[in-house]
Amino acid sequence: MVKINGEELNVAGKTIAEYLATTNYDPKRIAVERNGDIVFKSQYGETLLQDGDSIEIVSFVGGG
Amino acid sequence: MNNDKLIIGGHEFNSRFILGSGKYSMKLIEAAVKDAGAEIITLAVRRANTKEQESILDYIPDGITLLPNTSGARNAEEAVRIARLARELGCGDFVKIEIMRDSKYLLPDNQETIKATEILANEGFAVMPYMYPDLNVARDLVNAGAASVMPLASPIGSNKGLATKEFIQILIDEIDLPIIVDAGIGRPSQACEAMEMGAAAIMANTALATAGDLPMMASAFKNAIEAGRNAYLAGLGRVLTRGASASDPLTGFLRD
Repeated sequence: MVKINGEELNVAGKTIAEYLATTNYDPKRIAVERNGDIVFKSQYGETLLQDGDSIEIVSFVGGG
Repeated sequence: MNNDKLIIGGHEFNSRFILGSGKYSMKLIEAAVKDAGAEIITLAVRRANTKEQESILDYIPDGITLLPNTSGARNAEEAVRIARLARELGCGDFVKIEIMRDSKYLLPDNQETIKATEILANEGFAVMPYMYPDLNVARDLVNAGAASVMPLASPIGSNKGLATKEFIQILIDEIDLPIIVDAGIGRPSQACEAMEMGAAAIMANTALATAGDLPMMASAFKNAIEAGRNAYLAGLGRVLTRGASASDPLTGFLRD
């Protein structure tokens, strides 16, 4: 299982690009962190999600 | 006045009003930016939502500098992660460090803020740390590579004004970086007073978000900040310790 934004998902074995393609995220408006490290956009296609990974997918919201 | 620029991390700004974007409709952002005359707007970073396709970035006019904050961070490590994610979101190198470990008063953790400032400044960020106004901490932030120092006026979102006035004045007098008063400014008159004291800029969010007419309040703040800046540059008149001083000639009275 892979934890994505706090939710355990059965997506191990997919690349980040493959996972994102199954979602409604706008790739231009998100940033991805894997186990505490940034995954650059250019690496989405080659970064494999592995069992136990913790992924954060973030975007901008209003704030002070 | 055209030569009076605010310089942060090598970037020049004409406006001295940094606008927050929290707690109000994205649809009001364009009007707020315009009526505030703002050139910098703050944003937060949060887990992305797949349900909402609208992005706040679609509502921010071109040419406005984005200043992501690290709100939600409880220590330096989390702030550094959020700052890196914000940069990856493609907003440039500015970051406002905000580290809190207390959810009642939302006071910044100065020690963790110094640590995060040093790490991020070394990574090339223009670091704008939000802090509790303490001269020793401000000096450490300078040494850590901060691009400005952002002392709080009173607790975040309280609209209580310049509760820390004396200590902000010390930072203005002693620190050779822009002192930007952040948090707690509730009224234009308070923003004006901080600018008269020599603050470099004002950051406001809740004062606008909780106002009756947000764009009109943005305009009121803009005018107050400009008035305070001009008063500071002009040099305030002196205050008498006691007694009075006539403004009228003391000769030529209509009597012998």
